[in-house]
Amino acid sequence: MIELLGWVPLFPFLGFLILILAGERLSKPLIAWVGVGSVAASALLAALIGAEFLNGTMQPYRLVLGVWMEVDDLSIPFGFYLDALTVTMLFVVTGVGFLIHVYAAGFMDDDPGYARFFAYINLFVSAMLVLVLADNLVLLYLGWEGVGLGSYLLIGFWYEDPNNGYAARKAFVMTRVGDTALLVGLFLLFTQLHTFDIQLLMLRATSQWTSGSLLPVAAAALLLGGALGKSAQLPLQSWLPDAMAGPTPVSALIHAATMVTAGVYLIARTHALFIMAPSVQFAVAGIGATTLLMAGCSALVQTDIKRILAYSTISQIGYMFLALGVGAWSSAIFHLLTHAFFKALLFLAAGAVIFCFHHEHNIFKMGGLRKAMPLAFWSFMIGSAALSALPFTSGFYSKHEILLAVFDASPGLWAAGCLGAIITGIYSFRLIFVVFFGRKCPVTKARVGWQMSVPLILLGALALLGGTLKIPLDSVFPVLFNHDHTFDLVSVVTALAPFVGLLIAVLFYLTHTFSAQRLAGSGLANQMRIFCFNGWGIDALYGALVVRPFKSIAKLNKNDAVDGIYVAIALLSRVGCSRVSASQTGRIRWYASSVALGAVVIIAIGWLS
Amino acid sequence: MNGIPMEHGLLLSVVLFVLGLTGVLVRRNLIMILMSLEVMLNATGLAFIVAGSRWGQADGQIMFLLILTLAAAEVGVGLGLVLQIFRRFHTLDADSLNGMKG
Repeated sequence: MIELLGWVPLFPFLGFLILILAGERLSKPLIAWVGVGSVAASALLAALIGAEFLNGTMQPYRLVLGVWMEVDDLSIPFGFYLDALTVTMLFVVTGVGFLIHVYAAGFMDDDPGYARFFAYINLFVSAMLVLVLADNLVLLYLGWEGVGLGSYLLIGFWYEDPNNGYAARKAFVMTRVGDTALLVGLFLLFTQLHTFDIQLLMLRATSQWTSGSLLPVAAAALLLGGALGKSAQLPLQSWLPDAMAGPTPVSALIHAATMVTAGVYLIARTHALFIMAPSVQFAVAGIGATTLLMAGCSALVQTDIKRILAYSTISQIGYMFLALGVGAWSSAIFHLLTHAFFKALLFLAAGAVIFCFHHEHNIFKMGGLRKAMPLAFWSFMIGSAALSALPFTSGFYSKHEILLAVFDASPGLWAAGCLGAIITGIYSFRLIFVVFFGRKCPVTKARVGWQMSVPLILLGALALLGGTLKIPLDSVFPVLFNHDHTFDLVSVVTALAPFVGLLIAVLFYLTHTFSAQRLAGSGLANQMRIFCFNGWGIDALYGALVVRPFKSIAKLNKNDAVDGIYVAIALLSRVGCSRVSASQTGRIRWYASSVALGAVVIIAIGWLS
Repeated sequence: MNGIPMEHGLLLSVVLFVLGLTGVLVRRNLIMILMSLEVMLNATGLAFIVAGSRWGQADGQIMFLLILTLAAAEVGVGLGLVLQIFRRFHTLDADSLNGMKG
């Protein structure tokens, strides 16, 4: 079974080819069968391969399909590499991806771009699978850019609205900034270590470089730059909230379950390099902690249901970075797994709510949906419980593990993480209390099809019970020495933090004991609210630093200074032509006198010289 | 022939050439222009003769014979063109025949 590994990314790619070439001519059910079926085949194959791998010796498996390019001593194969980390990522991408595809078949039912949607989303899944399977950095980069392209196409899927196109371009350009850093990092690694193969690269890095010296620090910092862009971490995070312009299944797939975790995967995959650069690894933790607090504060004040979830995604990936930064590699990947479950669940449930409200996003225009939409309500309850890490949900196990590991490394970062957990509790239950309790709003269509409800139920089960999954990542990562924190103070505080958030949310939004309007209605508090609402002014900062100077330079150079040379040449020949052709009068006496004058001049020259 | 100094002959040829050139430049009638051209050709021929006699060699006269035939041919072609032009444009004014201006 494991020899068929190459088919895992190939199935969605074939689906993409079929749909992009013949999609408009196929009937709607057939499109859904091709689009969903290709990912289903891929998920089934991945499950079989994963089962075979996990029941076997768990030795890393390498499959080379052929040579991609070969120049001198550089040889880049189409090589796939399977170990416990890859298997975990395969489960996430194909499993969650498949459920989201099924959901999308129902959600996008009345959209004219049905075939186009499935073509793009298949391309995206295929690229993501190449990314996680690649055994060398160049193939990984191919998947990395493919994912970027897929997200660009999907965010701008409803391209009739210029704002969506703007959001798509913003996402693409901002992730390109990180991609460029990654590319430079690739070149640096190759010129120093003469290979692109990831395992060999890590081996050579640990044997040839000394820990903490300039080269590993530079290489790790450049890879981190790429990861920051893709995973929407400070300072490249502002594209993710705008990326909510895409259809909701896209938000669930790209901006929760798969694409944004690519950066986490990259750092985990090259963890040997980061261990050799302790300063960069500490920066990873610092960035993670800062991002999770910033994004959490922004999520507190948003009114758009999808933007709340987007900021919470940034915040949760901040937790993963925090875990990576303190060397809790397997905890980070575990949180990635559980986050994929509960965030996909939340997005899909939000999609169901939006679907029934005819694309209304503002949570304050919703209310009292608890009775009208029980499935969405319970999905949200489970998702939010897992998101804020209430005990015995999947998010609890992973986040608890992270925070305990962080405490051993740095109590300061642990405090930030716990504060983040409180904030998470507030904003996730604020969302629930506003949308599902309180004043009732009329719902236009309360029924969702089975394509949309079945994935919700399955993801709900995974989000609830996913914490009991044991992934054997010890074969990939160095084992972290863990203090036993069972029932000591740190453990209890960590577990109680979300309840504090829950309590605050209850007091503010359920019983209305305190009024949020009065708290943030005026003065400094209101200004802080606006500051957080706008994502801490990051967009304004980039606007002032990059966008506006670029625009003014572009305006200055509107007529293209370099082009001026060629315009001048053309002008000169045109003027010369009109002058010279004016001398052609057509009068024979004029010509004769010119000849005579010319003869006189030439004779005079001959005489005088 | 020895009585006439070379300078006189050359001076006459120059005067004739300038007269002919002036005729070509100032006259507007095509026939008059052709005639002026003939004067210029003959002035050149005279210069050859004078030079030939100064050196006592036959080359100058040979050149004159060449110019004579050339002039005959030129007049033949030129008059033919003049006839055609008159037939087509009903004028022989060189200035009004300026249809090929740039």
